[in-house]
Amino acid sequence: MANWVEACSAESIEEEDLIRFDHGDRTFAIYRSPDSEYFATDGLCTHEQVHLEEGLVMDDVIECPKHNGRFNYKTGKALGAPVCVNLQTYPVKIEGGTIFVDVG
Amino acid sequence: MTATAIDGNAKGGVAGRVRQRDYSMLGEDARRAIERGLASAHWYHSDIPRKTMKDLMKRTDGPAIRDTLIWLGSMAVLAVLAAWLWPSWWAALPLFCYGVLYGSASDSRWHECGHGSAFRTRWMNDAVYQIASFMIVRNPVEWRWSHTRHHTDTIIVGRDPEIVFMKPIELFRIFLNFFGILDALSGWAKMIRYTFGSIDPEVMDYVPEMERGRMLRVARIWTAIYVATIAVSLWTGSILPLMLIGLPRLYGAWHHVLTGLMQHGGLADDVTDHRLNSRTVYLNPVSRFIYCNMNYHVEHHMFPMVPYHALPRLHALIKDDLPAPNTSFADAYREMWPAIKRQLRNEEYFLLRELPPTAKPYQADFHMLEMRVSAA
Repeated sequence: MANWVEACSAESIEEEDLIRFDHGDRTFAIYRSPDSEYFATDGLCTHEQVHLEEGLVMDDVIECPKHNGRFNYKTGKALGAPVCVNLQTYPVKIEGGTIFVDVG
Repeated sequence: MTATAIDGNAKGGVAGRVRQRDYSMLGEDARRAIERGLASAHWYHSDIPRKTMKDLMKRTDGPAIRDTLIWLGSMAVLAVLAAWLWPSWWAALPLFCYGVLYGSASDSRWHECGHGSAFRTRWMNDAVYQIASFMIVRNPVEWRWSHTRHHTDTIIVGRDPEIVFMKPIELFRIFLNFFGILDALSGWAKMIRYTFGSIDPEVMDYVPEMERGRMLRVARIWTAIYVATIAVSLWTGSILPLMLIGLPRLYGAWHHVLTGLMQHGGLADDVTDHRLNSRTVYLNPVSRFIYCNMNYHVEHHMFPMVPYHALPRLHALIKDDLPAPNTSFADAYREMWPAIKRQLRNEEYFLLRELPPTAKPYQADFHMLEMRVSAA
């Protein structure tokens, strides 16, 4: 069942960037692509649990700030060593300029 | 550069260590590092606004294409010149330069492309990474994982597989590596073991199972290249092919060892602040080209996503939060060499580099409070 949670304003994320969003004891990363589409994934890299908030967004890839592990943030797919496990992704919707994440 | 000398306390040194360090990834210190929270710990970072950081991290192909063309182009010219002058002694000069580009510049290219930060275009990173790995004789799969661990647990005993100054320090082994002797022989020995499908248990600790097949495949390709080179040498009755493929890893290794020793030599182990265990040194432009700006080593460890060509800019931004850099090779070795000599007698000894008044202080973390400070 969907569990939509208000996260932040759409304008608070720069193009080709991400921000951290914490909800309860969980942490997420919300991305704005170069085409101003929005996506959400788990916040921690699956390699060594480093938060992705300081990472680099390039096109549809997020690169972990610690070891340069790369994921496609649209699909969560791990793109090669040192990351082997995909990121969990979450549905995102925008209503009235506010981003909502379905945290499940 | 100002530094303070630190001796371990009388009760048994750093963190009460009363026995010899165990650098094995599966040993006692590996277990203790996890217990003490030193494994995958939170490390100190200087403050940089996100916008500035994004600009520093920005990937571009231009600088790395230029530097790769200079690197490989120079090697091609020097190889032709050496072959033309061979077997005259005049060939030694181009071979000397070729050797440094093969046996030392490959180390920093391997490193930068391993991080994936040299080029924006992925296949360019991967291609140069493979070429450089072959030259420096580091299996590209195995060493990607080993270097990942070096960044997670920098100079944490039992966790970091890339510690050069293992204590008790064996200076003769380090001296031999100026000629690539131990590192390259170890790399070639592993290559042969991997060719026959044998992997060390320690390597299995940091290379995941799904990656091991690729590791063996690369080793087999390398073995085939060396066999072909040796065959050409035998067929032509000349050592020249081996002087161009393989042996430069030995006679050209000195520069990467000279720069590599400065990275962490004489500094602390088992700390979680790169300002305590890494060293930034100002170098001449030629060495910086060979070394891909890794002389900005504190900066690189603190922010490994910043490409090598942006490290001087990063350094300018955070230098007030870091110990003053050493000003040259000579300055770095003047600081490091006495510390290394003292570590031969006292393994707990290290240099605590003084921070400028503008810097955030070192955290009194883990073992720092157990230390007895004495004048340098």
